[in-house]
Amino acid sequence: MAYLDHAATTPMLPAAMAALTKELGEVGNPSSLHAAGRRARRAVEESREAIAAAFGARPSEVVFTAGGTEADNLAVKGLYWSRQKDRPRPRILASSVEHHAVLDPVRWLVEYQGAEVVWLEVDTLGRVDPLQVHEEIARDPGSVALVTVMWANNEVGTVQPVADCAAAAAAFGVPIHSDAVQIAGHLPLDFDASGLDAVTLSGHKLGGPVGVGALLLGRSATPAPLIHGGGQERDVRSGTLDTPSIAGFAAAATEAIDTRAPREATIAALRDELIAGVIEQVPDARLNGDPRLDEAHRLPGNAHLSFPGCEGDSLLMLLDARGVHCSTGSACSAGVAEPSHVLLAMGSSPAEARSSLRFSLGHTSTRADVDELVAVIGPVVERARAARASTASQV
Amino acid sequence: MMRVLAALSGGVDSAVAAARVRDAGHDVTAVHLALSSNPQTFRSGARGCCSLEDSRDARRVADVLGLPYYVWDLAEQFRAEVVDDFVSEYAAGRTPNPCLRCNERIKFAAVLDRAVGLGFDAVCTGHYAQILDGPDGPELHRAVDPDKDQSYVLAVLDRNQIARSLFPLGDSPKAEVRREAAARGILVADKPDSHDICFIADGDTRAFLASRLGERPGHVVDRDGVVLGDHDGAYAFTVGQRKGLGLTVATHDRQPRYVLSIEPTSNVVTVGPREALAVNEIVAERPRWCGTRVGDGEVFAVQFRAHGETVSATVHVDSELLRATLDDPASGVAPGQALVLYDGTRVRGSATITSAR
Repeated sequence: MAYLDHAATTPMLPAAMAALTKELGEVGNPSSLHAAGRRARRAVEESREAIAAAFGARPSEVVFTAGGTEADNLAVKGLYWSRQKDRPRPRILASSVEHHAVLDPVRWLVEYQGAEVVWLEVDTLGRVDPLQVHEEIARDPGSVALVTVMWANNEVGTVQPVADCAAAAAAFGVPIHSDAVQIAGHLPLDFDASGLDAVTLSGHKLGGPVGVGALLLGRSATPAPLIHGGGQERDVRSGTLDTPSIAGFAAAATEAIDTRAPREATIAALRDELIAGVIEQVPDARLNGDPRLDEAHRLPGNAHLSFPGCEGDSLLMLLDARGVHCSTGSACSAGVAEPSHVLLAMGSSPAEARSSLRFSLGHTSTRADVDELVAVIGPVVERARAARASTASQV
Repeated sequence: MMRVLAALSGGVDSAVAAARVRDAGHDVTAVHLALSSNPQTFRSGARGCCSLEDSRDARRVADVLGLPYYVWDLAEQFRAEVVDDFVSEYAAGRTPNPCLRCNERIKFAAVLDRAVGLGFDAVCTGHYAQILDGPDGPELHRAVDPDKDQSYVLAVLDRNQIARSLFPLGDSPKAEVRREAAARGILVADKPDSHDICFIADGDTRAFLASRLGERPGHVVDRDGVVLGDHDGAYAFTVGQRKGLGLTVATHDRQPRYVLSIEPTSNVVTVGPREALAVNEIVAERPRWCGTRVGDGEVFAVQFRAHGETVSATVHVDSELLRATLDDPASGVAPGQALVLYDGTRVRGSATITSAR
C-alpha cells in the first residue's frame, strides 16, 4: 500500500498520540476553578505557548478552534462583520484558488450579507499578484473589509507571495488573513514577521488529531464571533476547550517544527523522484503548479500532474485497486469528482482539469511508496485512456 | 472469476444483485451513478436514486458487502441523452419512456463501455430480467416475478450488451430479495420500491414539462374539428388519456372522451370515444434486436407499456421500420412508446412506435 494523500490527512505523530491519550484519561474543564480545572487549564495554556512558539506568535494570539475550516470561517466572516461597524465596507479581496473553507464563506457573505468579492487572478503557475492587491485596495481603500490569500495552495502546491500581499494591505490598514493549513509544520511560518492579521492552522495536516485547529489572530484584530456561549477563547470563540485535542495538536506542532528542515528535505527529494519517475513512464504527463521545486515556490510534498486523455477519477480508481492512494482534488458531497476551480483559474480547460491527480507525500513516505506508484502508473494511464476513448465515441 | 462493475442505486435490488455476484466468486467493484448535477438532499416520494441520501445508502451497502465504492458523474450525459430527449419527445407530441432511453444510452452504453475500457468483464444491475443461454448465445428473458419484470425497459440491449450484463435477480420474487437483504444486514432492506421518473422530483410530469417548454395554449377538438376546450400545452397529453382534458362542451352521447392524437405543429389535441382508440396496425422505427433479427412475417406477443398486456401480432420488418398487425385491436398505443416483441418469455427486440391506426 502506498499512501500518497498526506495533504488530505497525514498519520498522527507518536508524540501527538501520547499527549492526546494522556489527556483523554484525565478529568477537568479548563474553565473550572478547582484543582482539576486548573490542571486542564495548565495543559491548554502550555499547549497554547507551544503553538505560539512554533509559529512565531504570542500565546495571546492563539485562538483554538475545532479545525481549519472553523478558523477560516472565523477569519473571513468574523472580520467582515467587525469591519462593518463604523461604515459599510462591502468589498472582500480573495484569491481565486482558495480552499472551499474560504471560498464558501466568501460566497455566503456575497449571497446573504451584501458583500462584494474581488477574485484575485492567478497566473498559469497559480500565483496571485501583490500588485493587484495594491491596485484593488487603492481604487477605494475605505470599501475593503478584508483580504484573504492562502499561504500555499492545497491542490497544486504553489506558494503565494503572502508577505508582499500583507505589505500591500498594511499600507492601507486593511486586515489580511491567510489560510496556512498546508504549510504549517512544513514550511517556515513566523506570524509576527509575516505582517498578517490572521492565519489559519489545522491539527491533522501536521501530524496532530482531526477536529482541532487555531486562528493566529493579531492583537488588533477583533473579528465578530461565529459561535456565542461563554467566550472561552478571547471572547471570539465559545465552547468548552478540547484539552486532549489541543494537547495533541501542540505536541504535533512542536515535533513538526523541531524536525522540519531535514524531514521536509527528505520529502522533497522523494517528491522529485516521484515526478521524474512518473514522467519517465508517461512522457506526456505534465506537472501543474510552479516548476521551481524549492520550498520558496512549492510545497515539499506536492506533486500535481495532468495525464492528457485520461479521466482523473478513472486513474484514481485504477490506482486504488493497485494499492496506491491519491486524490483528484475536491469532491462534492455525493462523492462526485469536480473539475478543480484551481486549475480552471490557472487557465486549464475543464478536460485538462479533470485529467489531473495530486500525489502528496509526508513524514511516513518512503522510496517504496514512490516505486509502487512508478511501477503501475504506465499501464494505469494506458487503461484509463482506453476507457475514455471507448466512452468518448458514445457521446 | 470475472471482474464485475456493480451499479448501486442505494436501493435494495442493486444491493442484493451485487451481493449475489460477489458470493458467486467474482471480483466486484461498486459504482453509484450521479445522474443529477444538483442532487436533492433527501429522497422524496418514490424516486429511486439521485439524492444525497441515496448515494449514502449506496456507500453503506458497499461497506457492508466489502466492495470498493466510487461515484461516477454521468449528470451531463444523462441530461443530454435522457432528460433533453424526454422533453423534446413530449414537445413533438410523443410519449417517451426515459428508463429505456437511460438503459440504451447510459447504463448499458456509457457505463458499460467505460467499465470494459477500465478492464471489467461485465456490469451488474438490480433489474428484474433473466439472461439464459440459448443456441445462438445469451438470450434476454422475462423475470420469474411478473409483478417486477423489467425486461420491457431492457429490450433496447443488443447481443453484445446482453453478453456483458448480469441480472442476478431475474429468478427471484421481490419478497425473497427483501428477505435476503435483511438477512445479509443490508440497511436498505425495507426501502420503498422506486417507480416514478427519477429526474422529476415531485412526480408532477406536467409541471416539469411546463417549466421546460412554457405555456403553449391551444384547442382540444373532436374528430370533426369542433372545439371542446382549451389547453396550456399539447405536451401535457398522452394518447389514451381520459382525465384532465379540460373539456367545456358536453359530449352529445354523455360518454367520456379520450385523447386520440396530439398534433404538435398545429398544437391541437383531438379527443374521441373509447372505441376510436382501438388500433390494429402499428408502425415503429429504430428496431433493436436482442440477438438475431427476427424473420419477416413471424408472430410475436407484443407489448406497448412497461407493465401492459401483450397482444399477438404478425410482424413485418423492412430496412428501418417494423410493422405489427395485431390479431385483436389494442387501445392506448401512443407514439414514442416502445413496442417490444416477446417469444414466450424471450425478448426478441424493440422499436419506437411512430404511428398506429
